[in-house]
Parts: sequence; C-alpha cells; structure tokens
Amino acid sequence: MIGRAKFWSWLAFGAGVLYFFLPLIGMFEFSLRAKRGEYSFLAYANVLGDPQFQQTFLYSVIMAFFTIVWGVLLVTPTAFWVRLKMPKLRPVIEFITLLPLVIPPIVIVFGYIRMYNTSSWLPLTGTAVGTNILLMFGYSVLALPYMYRAIDTGLRTIDIATLTEAAQSLGAGWFTIMFRLILPNVLVAVLSGAFLTFAIVIGEYVFAALLNRPAFGPYMVWMGSNKAYEPAALAVIAFAITWACMALIQLITRFSKHERAKG
Amino acid sequence: MSFLVLQNLEKSFGPNRVVKDFNLSIEKGEFISLLGPSGCGKTTVLRMVAGFEDTSGGMIAIDGQDVTVLRPNQRNIGMVFQAYALFPNLTVAQNVGFGLKVAGKSRSEIAATVREMLELIGLPTLGNRFPFQLSGGQQQRVALARALAVRPRVLLLDEPLSALDAKIRVSLRGEIREIQKRLGITTLFVTHDQEEALSMSDRVVVMNGGVAEQVGEPFQIYNRPKTKFVADFVGTLSTFDAVVEDAAMGTVRLGDASITLAEPIAAANGQTVALALRPEAVHLTEGPGHNVSLAATITEVAFMGSVIRIKANAGGIEVSIDMFNRPDVPPPPVGARVTLNIASGDFIVLA
Repeated sequence: MIGRAKFWSWLAFGAGVLYFFLPLIGMFEFSLRAKRGEYSFLAYANVLGDPQFQQTFLYSVIMAFFTIVWGVLLVTPTAFWVRLKMPKLRPVIEFITLLPLVIPPIVIVFGYIRMYNTSSWLPLTGTAVGTNILLMFGYSVLALPYMYRAIDTGLRTIDIATLTEAAQSLGAGWFTIMFRLILPNVLVAVLSGAFLTFAIVIGEYVFAALLNRPAFGPYMVWMGSNKAYEPAALAVIAFAITWACMALIQLITRFSKHERAKG
Repeated sequence: MSFLVLQNLEKSFGPNRVVKDFNLSIEKGEFISLLGPSGCGKTTVLRMVAGFEDTSGGMIAIDGQDVTVLRPNQRNIGMVFQAYALFPNLTVAQNVGFGLKVAGKSRSEIAATVREMLELIGLPTLGNRFPFQLSGGQQQRVALARALAVRPRVLLLDEPLSALDAKIRVSLRGEIREIQKRLGITTLFVTHDQEEALSMSDRVVVMNGGVAEQVGEPFQIYNRPKTKFVADFVGTLSTFDAVVEDAAMGTVRLGDASITLAEPIAAANGQTVALALRPEAVHLTEGPGHNVSLAATITEVAFMGSVIRIKANAGGIEVSIDMFNRPDVPPPPVGARVTLNIASGDFIVLA
C-alpha cells in the first residue's frame, strides 16, 4: 500500500517536473542550434555581442536601480506610517496599491502622455531626462502591488509601534527611526520587493515603447520578430539572471546576522 | 517644587475619560509605583509623561520645565517596555549606545558609557551579542542599560517584569531597585503586581478608574488603606459589616461582640460601617493583645509551604487566616470548631 502511494506521489512530482522543465530544456536545446548540424553557443555570442543588447540591457538595469530606490523610499515610509498611525486606512492603501494590476499599462501611459506632454504644465516628455523620470515613475507604479505587499509583510514581523517609541524616548527623530531601525529590519522584505521590481522593469514593454525609450523590453520584442535562434538564447539568459537574483537574495539574507534567528 | 510634577492631568479617548484630574508630585531620586488593575489608566499616565500620548488637559513638568507639549524625543526621559523593545538589527552594545549616537556623542565616549552600563547591569561580556541570543531577563537588563545610558532626567518603567518568569522577576526587581538607588534617578514604575509595587517603591499610587485612590508609603498603603478598593486590591482581606455603637470611643457591634477599635470612627452612631481584616491579623491561638474572639468553623485549609492559608466561617462571615508553618503544629482539619483571636487595633475601617 505504502509503496503504491509513494509511486503515485513520485509520478505526480515527475509530471510536474516535466511540465516545468521540458519547455525550458526544449528552448535551451533550440537555442544551441544556430549552427547547422552541431550544437554551439553562436546564438548566445550573437546576443551578447550585439551592442544594442548591451545598451538596452544597461539602460534597463539603470532604470531598475532608480525605480527600486524610488519605490523603497516611497513605499517603506508609507507602509510604516499607515501601520503606525492610520491602521484604519490600510484597506484603502492596499486597494490603491492593487490598482496597477487592474488598470492596463497602456491606459496609464496614455494618461501620462496626456498629462505631461510638451504643451502641459509639466512637460516631462520634452527632454530625454524628463521622459526617463516619467518612465521611472511608471515602473514604480507597476511594481507598487508587489513592493507594498512585500514591505508591509516585513513590517508585520516586527513590533514597529514599540520599537518606534523606544527610539523616540532615546531622542531619535523620524529620519533616524526610518533609516537606522525600520529599513534594516525589513531589509529582506525590501530585497524581495526590489527583486520583483527588477524583473518587472527588465521585461516591461508598453511604457518603454510608447515613451520611446531604448529599454530592454522593446529590444526583446524586436529580436523575437526578427531572429530565429537568438530570442531563445535571450530567454535562457533572462532565466539565468532571474535565478542569479534569487540566489543573491538568499546569500544576503544569510549574511545579515540578526535575520538568522527568524529563519 | 518637586522634580516631576503632574498637575490636573486629564486624558480622554473619545467620550471615554481614562485619566481624571490626576495629581502627583515626585521628589528627585524617588521611586514611585503606579499600581492598579488593567484599564485603570496607569499606563496612560506613564505614556503621557513619556510624550507618547497627548494630554487632554493638565500639565507635566520635569525639573521646573513644562514638557506637556514637547515631543517624546525632546523630553530626555528613559523608558523600559514590557516587550523589551530592543532593536533586533543592532548588537547589545549598539543598542545601549543608540541614544548617545543619536545625540552625536564621540565614538570613544559612547564606548566608555556602553562599557560602564554593561558593567552596571552585570553583563560586561555580552556587548557583541544580538538581542535574539539573550534570555528574557538579559534582554530586559539591556533595555534598562539602554534607557539609562543617555542619563535621562526621569526613568519610566512600563511593567518591565511582566513578561519574565517568576524567579527572574523577583531577582530583577531587586536589581532594578538597587541600580535606581545607586544612580539616584527619579523613577516612575507601572505595575499591576502589588508585591512588586510594595517591595520596590518609596511611595505607591493605587489607581482605579483613572483616579489616584491613595498615595502613600507601601507600609501605609497596606496597613491603612483609605478606600475599599485599595484595601481589596492590595493584599487579601476579609470584610465585615459592623454597626457603630459609639463613634467617638470607636466601639462597634460585630455579630454578638462589642469591639473597641484603635481610632474614633467618622460615622454616626447606629450606622453600618465596613471593617476589614488582613489574614495575618487573625490567630487561632490566643496571644498578647488579642482582645476580640470570634467562634468559627474551619472550611478550607491550603498548605502552601511557609504559609498555611485557612478559611473559616464565623457566624456567616468568611474570614481568611494566614499562619506560619510550624513543624510541631499541624494545621486544623476542615470542620474543626475554633476560636479566632484578633487584636481590635488590627481592624481597618473602610470608607
């Protein structure tokens, strides 16, 4: 009986593994066939050697970095303040942070272009830097549902009310409380939010395309419609980057000593 | 003028008045306990002194300075919380040095103070540990050191011992009192534990329903409670209804016996007053000064080690009796008919 139960659970597990890995393996195998008749990394070399890949990827990484910084600076104090002073507002804030999942990006970006075009009161789209800033705000809106939830969950694990009062009684102001206490204590949550933001920004197409910025998303789409083997190679590279990010988070978690007890 | 003055303090949450016209003057170096059941407003008073709650009325002054509207981080007070509230991302030494770092003190000065404070709480070698590596008692001592490191004008302790287990609680309360005396720091201590309040304090404030029912030294609070609430809350009591026979002489009729109390009674002849008796004032054997005797039947005997807690029925009134254990005198059996011997001066008249 036990042997049979085990057999079925292994079968289910095996089916799951096949379902998830078979397409990946297929894609990987296909990406190696750029040279007729033999396996090679030619497609990878083509992708990595393409100056456009390098430029767009670098651009998106930089955008992701600024989006993360802006997102953390915006969300952490907000989530902290709502938890500390306005707990009744939490459902409202949660609803607002969920809106980007409901409103299509195309609607948001058209709103942006209408609001901030060159003949508006704040002509952000008039310059490259202005458009970059607008794009960063757009990205942070897209990442808001994930960022807010990650940080809010992180805040739940510490007694922020008492810690805040303890810090205040020791003479600390809000800035010190925020950067010396709250942020370090929700670091892992912030990192997971940052990772999700990174993934969103790297793959995002609509905003970048409509604001006409040289981001990685539009490059991937262009590649997909113009090449055969390279898109598969690109997808494998994207997976590798994703997994590297996850490994990095694990590593950082392990290095911050005080987090060990929680694990 | 006293060092810490609370004047006509008021606090309402919506229509709910939780602190009513609260007055208290504390001298420099005094250890004052706010004692009362949960919801009596004691924590709210403490939090108003700390600045975590706005006052709805009244004034708070520390060392002659009106601090009523100052923010918590401007008041220079030290606070210890029930939940320790150590910063989990900082080491013990960094926790203790936090206030000094915020104040912009030099690195060497911080290190010196931290060393001194860790020495003071008896944990000189644990500076590099993180809070989660410490026991509850150690964490609370670190919290105390952290609060004291900034040399606060007033130390506020919000039920600091409630989360600890019994043995640690008793030893730590001795330590806290000892450190407080050594530093001579004015201290306000909130607790619902009467034993803590009585054993640690210079003066105890018994609070009920947002009002200070009685302020006094522990000995006075226990032996001369002014109100029924204070008498009931602090220690155990048996209460009797007695009829005043002669108010000036202090004689009352209790059941069949006429008793002369130690003091005159503030009530008219013929009125009923409540008398109270501590369990340790009732004796089963006759002794010097015992001028009241009541016939009673033993209803319950609890042997607790050093103390034997007995309940007896004296003409329909339940009386608690505490007697010390003596190896040669076994406790009386339930149902035994005994005589209760009491000195009339031990009766407490309740308002």
